[in-house]
Amino acid sequence: MWKTILRRVLIIIPEVFVLSILVFLLAKAMPGDPFTGSINPHTSLAHIHHLMKINGLYDPWYQQYWNWLVHLFHGDLGMSYEYQEPVTRIVGERAINTLWLAVFATVLTYAIGLPVGLYAGRHQNSRGDHAIRMYTYVTYAIPFFVILVMGLWIFGYLLGWFPTTGSIGTNVGSGFPAVISRLQHIILPGILQALFGLVGIVQYLRSEVIDATHSDYVRTARSKGVPVKDVFKHHVFRNSLLPITATAGYSITGLLGGSIYTETVFSYPGMGLLFVSAINYRDYTVITALVLMYGVLSMLGTLLSDIIMAAVDPRIRIE
Amino acid sequence: MATDEFLAIKDVSTAFKIHGSYYKAVSDVSLDIHNDEILAIVGESGCGKSTLATTIMGLHDPAETKIDGEIDFEGQNLLSLTEDQLNDVRGAKIGMIFQDPLSALNPLKRIGEQIQESLDYHTKMTEAEKKARVLELVNQVGIPNPERVIRQFPHELSGGMRQRVVIAIAIACKPDLMIADEPTTALDVTIQAQILDLLKDIQRENHAGIILITHDLGVVAETADQVAVMYAGQVVEQGSAQQIFDNPKHPYTRSLLRSMPQRDKENDDLYVIQGSVPSLQKMPVDGCKFAPRVPWIPEAAHEEHPSMHEVEPGHQVRCTCYQSFEFQDAKVGEVEA
Ligand SMILES: Nc1ncnc2c1ncn2[C@@H]1O[C@H](COP(=O)(O)OP(=O)(O)OP(=O)(O)O)[C@@H](O)[C@H]1O
Ligand code: SF4
Ligand SMILES: [Mg+2]
Repeated sequence: MWKTILRRVLIIIPEVFVLSILVFLLAKAMPGDPFTGSINPHTSLAHIHHLMKINGLYDPWYQQYWNWLVHLFHGDLGMSYEYQEPVTRIVGERAINTLWLAVFATVLTYAIGLPVGLYAGRHQNSRGDHAIRMYTYVTYAIPFFVILVMGLWIFGYLLGWFPTTGSIGTNVGSGFPAVISRLQHIILPGILQALFGLVGIVQYLRSEVIDATHSDYVRTARSKGVPVKDVFKHHVFRNSLLPITATAGYSITGLLGGSIYTETVFSYPGMGLLFVSAINYRDYTVITALVLMYGVLSMLGTLLSDIIMAAVDPRIRIE
Repeated sequence: MATDEFLAIKDVSTAFKIHGSYYKAVSDVSLDIHNDEILAIVGESGCGKSTLATTIMGLHDPAETKIDGEIDFEGQNLLSLTEDQLNDVRGAKIGMIFQDPLSALNPLKRIGEQIQESLDYHTKMTEAEKKARVLELVNQVGIPNPERVIRQFPHELSGGMRQRVVIAIAIACKPDLMIADEPTTALDVTIQAQILDLLKDIQRENHAGIILITHDLGVVAETADQVAVMYAGQVVEQGSAQQIFDNPKHPYTRSLLRSMPQRDKENDDLYVIQGSVPSLQKMPVDGCKFAPRVPWIPEAAHEEHPSMHEVEPGHQVRCTCYQSFEFQDAKVGEVEA
């Protein structure tokens, strides 16, 4: 098993390298230049050329790539053209905001999704199951941003229960009041995100449970005289939950990556919002840093779920 | 005690709900099983063998099935037991062995755990005693290296070994009755023979009765004391193995026997009954369900509702046609050819 994991980790290295080249070239290929956003009718062409030159933007691509890579290894992702601040600092701040929201949303997603999915599968075709299915269909049919906007409008503006923008109140200082303020800001977007995100889990788990219920090994267990209640506990639920724990590995991508929809609608200054604004302003250094990070995160997510899978499913442990 | 009748199936019917109406997969089956005896139930695919077995085990979903009749087992009617009462019988007094050892075991649980589960529910043994019993069982079913195997997962074992595990589970609490639903179908021939020998050994040791479900008459000839031939949910002929093999009366039994692979090349295929068991929804409701498959039997020989008739003590056959119709092999062959 350790061998398998080690091999999987080693494969990641060339993957990341290829990813970094792709990301870099992709950023280069984007239309416009980093100064398009900051020019005004009075900016001279010569000044723009000068800016391009001192920022190394006229060098051949491989040279720019190499520079970028060297800096990358020193933890230097360059300066944001838009914010005139080091990218690492901006990303760091935003990542913390995103982490608050995403951890809350993810925990909530699983905390509701798992029991609801198990219930729906266990009591297939019951009233509860019908209601749950109705909910999943409706939620899936409505675009996510519509749900977000409606939630924001009703609970944020009309009822005024929650703040409608930002990640933390101004002048709350630090310590306990800051934590409370943060929580106030993440509750509504977090709940909405969870209510949407749990649909996939519920549907998947429900069908896993139903399949397992009709499996031969469950029939074997029942023919041993194991009461139905215990059959569900020891065989059906257990076997249905294992694949879910593996997919949970992927969710780390979202934990740091954030949700573009949620953060945009709630003007929540996290990674998702940063990404959108970086694209709008052609903030190359930020875009490349974020795309690279998303790429690495999804690789780590896959790696993590592979490892979890190998840990929980004996059939995969074979060398 | 040798011929104590301890399982009596009386007029049992099992109907499945399909699109709102019920269709009988087993209709009015009556059978007796004694301990120290192997009763083989034979019949081609879809004739209701497994449905009968799972009816005895009480494994049908009551919302989707309708079950009538009576199954008397050691003084109680299994069909009137509550789920809790049934759980005291299943695994303890009746053990079941399933057809497909690949899927019959939980892929995510260790072999030892799965065998021990029976003991968990039916005995008051300590953990140590259970472990010892599990090892003993694994040993008994002829699995080499028990200490190692109980810590393995199903996918690490071969099909034959897995079937032995399934048998170990079924016999864990020394049941009085074992129901083996095609225990060897998924296995190759040499393993088949070993598994059958194993079942016979266990039966002798435990004085159990066995219901052996199969469509392989070779297996029946080798193991069975009693034989019941099923067609379309009904028993069409039953008797001792000798009576059935030496003196088959029902045309379906005869055709089954004739379709047994034989060395004699000339007879190949000659007596195979055409067609197959119709699906539940297409099954004729009135008249004999078997009539469409034996077009060579003259109209006058058919009964409206063929009932069981005794040919000789212990040997019963549905319908009286055998009296009016001479089953000359040559004749059957002629019409068929
Ligand atoms: N749960 C069910 N719901 C509806 N119909 C069923 C169900 N189980 C079995 N049947 C039908 O009942 C009939 C008898 O099935 P059964 O599995 O008992 O046959 P069998 O003799 O065991 O066949 P095989 O040799 O293929 O195992 C078939 O027509 C089958 O399609
Ligand atoms: S009615 Fe009798 S003779 Fe006719 S097919 Fe049925 S069993 Fe055979
Ligand atoms: Mg069957």
